Amino acid sequence: MSDGWIKTCNVDDIEPEDVLRFDHGDRTFAIYRTGDGKFFATDGLCTHGKVHLAGGLVMENLIECPKHNGRFDYTTGKAKGAPVCVDLKTYPTKVEAGTVFIQPG
Amino acid sequence: MAVEISKRDYSLIGKDSQLAEAMGLASAEWYACPIPRKRLKELMQRKDGPAIRDTLLWFALLGLTGWLGWHFWGTWWCVPAFLVYGVLYCSCSDSRWHECGHRTPFKTTWMNDVVYEIASFMVLRESTPWRWSHTRHHTDTIIVGRDPEIAVPRPPDIAGILLGFFSLRSGPKEYKKVLLHCFGKLTAEEKTYIPEMEYGKVFLTARIWALIYAAVIAWAILIHSILPLMLVGLPSFYGAWLLVIFGLTQHAGLAENVLDHRLNCRTVYMNPVFRFVYWNMNYHLEHHMFPMVPYHALAALHEEMKADSPKPYNGLIEAYREIIPAILRQVKDPAYFVKRELPASANPFPAAVPEAQAAH
Repeated sequence: MSDGWIKTCNVDDIEPEDVLRFDHGDRTFAIYRTGDGKFFATDGLCTHGKVHLAGGLVMENLIECPKHNGRFDYTTGKAKGAPVCVDLKTYPTKVEAGTVFIQPG
Repeated sequence: MAVEISKRDYSLIGKDSQLAEAMGLASAEWYACPIPRKRLKELMQRKDGPAIRDTLLWFALLGLTGWLGWHFWGTWWCVPAFLVYGVLYCSCSDSRWHECGHRTPFKTTWMNDVVYEIASFMVLRESTPWRWSHTRHHTDTIIVGRDPEIAVPRPPDIAGILLGFFSLRSGPKEYKKVLLHCFGKLTAEEKTYIPEMEYGKVFLTARIWALIYAAVIAWAILIHSILPLMLVGLPSFYGAWLLVIFGLTQHAGLAENVLDHRLNCRTVYMNPVFRFVYWNMNYHLEHHMFPMVPYHALAALHEEMKADSPKPYNGLIEAYREIIPAILRQVKDPAYFVKRELPASANPFPAAVPEAQAAH
């Protein structure tokens, strides 16, 4: 798609307050859906243990890593304390005709 | 048949550490039992209620038994009071330290952090270094040269294990570290798993601990009695025995250097009192495989996993019938380990794990 937007999944593929793994080429992303239907995207691996965040738990604006329970604010990428110290990269998202797109840059 | 293996180096800066990295055992991908995402999400949900109830009960029992010990001091009646107080102070703190370190028991983050700091002090584990040490334990569970929390390195040190029942080996070592941290220094091993940005927190906590101990010692000197130390400080030693009895069931005698928690963790059924003290950490395989599931959901997680897991142990006696002979055999034969068996319904263990190759 133009301007670097990539089709990832359908809106209904992710439950409210949940996360989905999306692989593209050699990169992996995590796509989040908030309780009120907004979508966000970050790098797919935890910056601490290189574990897929899509196996973790979404709690409001936080994603908890399934391996060491490190937490990030997935709307900003901010690391929220030990054992995660390095922020996540975030990416723009948009929804068109029921499809979620990200712009990985 | 025993196989000759070279002596393992359990330090985090030795040859086995490099070997683990070279063999792909460091920060590796581990097996996970297949559980539908929807069910796992239900199990991961956080609540404040169960942990608030359990914590209030714990503090109430601590207060009551501490008061009884104080009240009956100088009579034999203080002995059972301090026996229970010590277990609540130290052994109970082990599981609270552990669970709150994962920040899963309470939904509210600060509640996890407050209980974590209190429990860390009582079980005599500095909060920040041990948070990072435990993080590594989950990354590299029982990987030699990577896991700083291997309770029974091979060949087992029987005297060391026995001293552990009263923290007589780990306690003095921990105090030395507290002192070191008070002076703004860390050990070389600690530097391998504690990030530099956390150093300030380590030093601050050590200094607060030193002040608390100084105050309690001053109080004891002032009243010419060890009674204050019976309430704060000494219970970390005389109350540790149950922690060790529970803790050894987690991994002792099982495989090292494998990437499947079904091979190196035990789940042991326990009665409700023990499960209160241990905060369900008897479901240890379940905890290691899915550490984001809070303690109050581990029994339910066990139901989801058991068809894909080795048979659990029906109580401490059954577990120790395996652990004690295994440890004794490892004294003479460090290559020996207990190989867990899976039910027919389970996915097979990963092929060609290094430990399995070494001993079978």
